[in-house]
Amino acid sequence: MAGSSRFEFERDIAEIQNQIDRLRTVADEGGLDVSEQLAELRGKLDALKEDAYRDLTPIEQVQVARHPQRPYSLDYIERAFTDFVELHGDRLYRDDEAIVGGWARLDGRPVMVIGQQKGRDMKENLRRNFGMPHPEGYRKALRLMRMAEKFGRPVVTLIDTPGAYPGIGSEERGIAEAIATNLREMSRLRVPVVSVVIGEGMSGGALGIGLTDRILMLEHAIYSVISPEGCAAILWRSAEHKDKAATALRLTSRDLLQLGVADEVVPEPAGGAHADWDAAAAAVREALVRTLTELDALDADELRRRRWAKYEAMGTWIEGPTESGAATAS
Amino acid sequence: MAWFRKEKKPLKPEDRRDLPGDVFEKCGACGEILYREKLAENLHVCLSCGHHFRIAAPDYVGILCDDGSFEEYDADLESGDPLGFADSKPYPERIQAAVKKTGRKEAVLAGMGTIDGVEVSLAVMDFRFVGGSMGSVVGEKIARAARRAEERNVPLIVVSASGGARMQEGIFSLMQMSKTSAVLGRLHEAGIPYISILTDPTTGGVTASFAMLGDVNLAEPGALIGFAGPRVIEETIRQELPEGFQRAEFLLEHGMVDRVVDRRELRATVAGLLHHMVD
Repeated sequence: MAGSSRFEFERDIAEIQNQIDRLRTVADEGGLDVSEQLAELRGKLDALKEDAYRDLTPIEQVQVARHPQRPYSLDYIERAFTDFVELHGDRLYRDDEAIVGGWARLDGRPVMVIGQQKGRDMKENLRRNFGMPHPEGYRKALRLMRMAEKFGRPVVTLIDTPGAYPGIGSEERGIAEAIATNLREMSRLRVPVVSVVIGEGMSGGALGIGLTDRILMLEHAIYSVISPEGCAAILWRSAEHKDKAATALRLTSRDLLQLGVADEVVPEPAGGAHADWDAAAAAVREALVRTLTELDALDADELRRRRWAKYEAMGTWIEGPTESGAATAS
Repeated sequence: MAWFRKEKKPLKPEDRRDLPGDVFEKCGACGEILYREKLAENLHVCLSCGHHFRIAAPDYVGILCDDGSFEEYDADLESGDPLGFADSKPYPERIQAAVKKTGRKEAVLAGMGTIDGVEVSLAVMDFRFVGGSMGSVVGEKIARAARRAEERNVPLIVVSASGGARMQEGIFSLMQMSKTSAVLGRLHEAGIPYISILTDPTTGGVTASFAMLGDVNLAEPGALIGFAGPRVIEETIRQELPEGFQRAEFLLEHGMVDRVVDRRELRATVAGLLHHMVD
């Protein structure tokens, strides 16, 4: 995003973008041919973008994952899917707009798509609670997943939340029960379920729609048991140590792939998903179509058997005095 | 029940627990001075106000199981250090300190036993071990306890006490929520009873997975039970929380647990439920 250099590593990129803009203005006014210089600057810009985003530190990854210009669930649904019909409400209490969901087509086939939804501005964020769902959101999600199961359609979930909402109503109406029930019921679904972490996947609030046959992560997305700020506040006794916490938590897509929790990393366009929403959505679409085609080969029993085996193998432990324990699931 | 570990309510029980000649204990709720021996006989429930002191995992085995029926499983499971995590202290050192303090290798004690003659698979969490936090070993031991219940077609009983996920195991600790809930999904389909007993405190990832998934959820009086901790909520909403918020009685009122059960009635309540659900 030229001109809005929110992050240090984007400052050089913004500088070159400025030069290009200035050169263009000058050329337009004076009627000069600057195409050569422009091409050179553009080349430089591309290289810089690629470089800057190749070696982000973990805390920079966190910033990119939370970038306010990053595409959110509805932006992906609009671009990677067609014929979206949003469905509302948990049939118990209300409609939680921090989670959106409904029927859509992916490469022509009907799927149920569900995602956490952040707001683009303050007004929308108040409506969507900054993408932090209440119990109703998880119960709506489960209702839609069961509907998908009823009609034999696969489920796609898009994960992007700072966490489930820590508030009075949330606790009163059983946020823990809502997440727990989703986990148990998602493990039993007789249709394929795939999740894509598109931004920040924080804690149980992310996981509440995340027990799936495959976990895909966008290149600059993060997935963690706790936010680096929260972790630093507890273990380092100050949120200022969030960079250390971000590193220690191993929360980048590369880490998760290495640890065997993520199944695939979906590459983002140069400069990150926020630089080119269409390209990012195209990459997500391609990965989802391919993954669902793979899962089509499995019948419901086999699908569930593998899903259970995948999650039951998760973790690392040491057993007995010498024997070395199981590794991570793959 | 000489093996009962005697514990104090203050936050650092390890400082005082084994002081020789310490025959009295003060109730953290009403301030009454209690004979430790009497307190232990009363299952660590204050004789004056009924306050439930926190107790260790083996204590619950003694309370719930028929004498001599319990056999421990998976006692040798130990935490690895999958992330090489270090804050002010390397993670393996934290684990070692907890092992030394509790004499146990992890925050779950699991095994098979009988309750009023009914064979059960039992797992009990121990809050003294790194705050009962759930890492890979906790998840695995709960999952194995559930699988034993499934394989032997006997009820599963889990007693929870946990501050939540164990951050030092990063994403693996989060995935233990999926793991334990997934095994319970299969248990559910097999028609096997699962009774979840929530004790003080049960919060975070443990509440948002296996602790809330009982066919029957029981809670001890006054137990703090929730997803987010009260401090986090207060910081988020910037207001004081109402009296009794997230306590067992609050959860009963809001429909999240079936019964609040006095510890002295726990065994009889569980036995009664089991007889309704099996044979």
